[in-house]
Amino acid sequence: MHNQEEEKIFLDKIDKEIKIEPKDWMPEQYRKTLIRQISQHAHSEIVGMLPEANWITRAPSLRRKATLIAKVQDEAGHGLYLYSAAETMNISRDEMIEQLHSGKAKYSSIFNYPTLSWADMGAIGWLVDGAAIMNQVPLCRCSYGPYARAMIRICKEESFHQRQGFEILLTLSKGSEAQKQMAQDSINRWWWPSIMMFGPNDDASPHSKQSMAWKIKRFSNDELRQKFIDVCAEQVKILGLTLPDEKLKWNEERKHYDFGEINWEEFWNVVNGNGPCNKERLAARVKAHEDGAWVREAAAAHAKKNPRPLKGRLATV
Amino acid sequence: MEEQNSISNDDGNNSPSGARGNEWPLWEIFIRSKNGLDHKHAGSLHAADAEMAIENARDVYTRRMEGVSIWAVESKYIHASNPDEASSLYDPANDKLYRHPTFYDLPDELRNM
Ligand SMILES: [Fe+2]
Ligand SMILES: [Fe+2]
Repeated sequence: MHNQEEEKIFLDKIDKEIKIEPKDWMPEQYRKTLIRQISQHAHSEIVGMLPEANWITRAPSLRRKATLIAKVQDEAGHGLYLYSAAETMNISRDEMIEQLHSGKAKYSSIFNYPTLSWADMGAIGWLVDGAAIMNQVPLCRCSYGPYARAMIRICKEESFHQRQGFEILLTLSKGSEAQKQMAQDSINRWWWPSIMMFGPNDDASPHSKQSMAWKIKRFSNDELRQKFIDVCAEQVKILGLTLPDEKLKWNEERKHYDFGEINWEEFWNVVNGNGPCNKERLAARVKAHEDGAWVREAAAAHAKKNPRPLKGRLATV
Repeated sequence: MEEQNSISNDDGNNSPSGARGNEWPLWEIFIRSKNGLDHKHAGSLHAADAEMAIENARDVYTRRMEGVSIWAVESKYIHASNPDEASSLYDPANDKLYRHPTFYDLPDELRNM
């Protein structure tokens, strides 16, 4: 039941920074935009477990292994917070998973790159989680309540992800020449895909403007990318390593780092399914889902027939 | 109201068991962060039964000792007020300012009240 009155109340709330909650009236396009964004975000968290899971069994120490398991487990949690935030907009979990598996829904392109060395666990933590944090902190103030609440929880957990990554690179950078080289090689491979994570340039990002007006987004892609580059250009000095961009240079006038041209052809190629690991990632997700089908069915059938009595008791009795 | 988080899931497309299709039913999770505080809505998750809901809630919402007690309520059992009726629902309280201590005019020299 859409009328101008409802739209006015909605826009008024946005204007006054009052959160929109699931049962409130909202424009159909606002709902669609959020379902797309939140579910793609959830898919990214889940698919994002795969490149790192690749190194759990080969982590160089027990400390690193425990850390990596905890990080990957956090990413699973992030996916779940976000799926349930999306479910408040009347899309079912099954539907979202179906969209991921059919290729209809996208996930962050960064996870279609392979993890070739242990140093990649460092570069992913520092750069990929770093870029994600840069994107996610403003989403804590997103106008849609359930999404904003999920993001607050996620951001609290993300900071260890980035710090453990930087620590891995720092350790390698102080190691043997071969270890230092491994760290540099990893940064060289992950740098450009990481800054592509902020999405197309502002003038090539048609939905951005509406998302900003609805306060789903607070900063443009290019603003966030610049902020990230400025931060990393300084942090890399602590590692005694370099970012693979000859044009990276402090611009005193702009008070920002200038940087080289992004290869958008590569970006769109990976988005459209032709990155190095797109097929492998999706196949791994589909297989995990299909392999788990009997467990889901068995648990549902069992619960229907014979719900397990709770070990505790009813909360309010 | 936080507990509206996933109420819209409940708008008619649930089967009697609370699940859609083959999905496990949805549960709302409330967590007491420490003794002395109320349980607070943390989010929702899918589980086949109450015990699984609590086990999953432990893994999803308390990986960093965020809680000492968990409540799980199947979402279909939560009833919510309708935001469209908010103005009429809360309106009667609007003109009863005398329910607040600041309503009363008393001299400044009055102490300890
Ligand atoms: Fe995450
Ligand atoms: Fe992370």
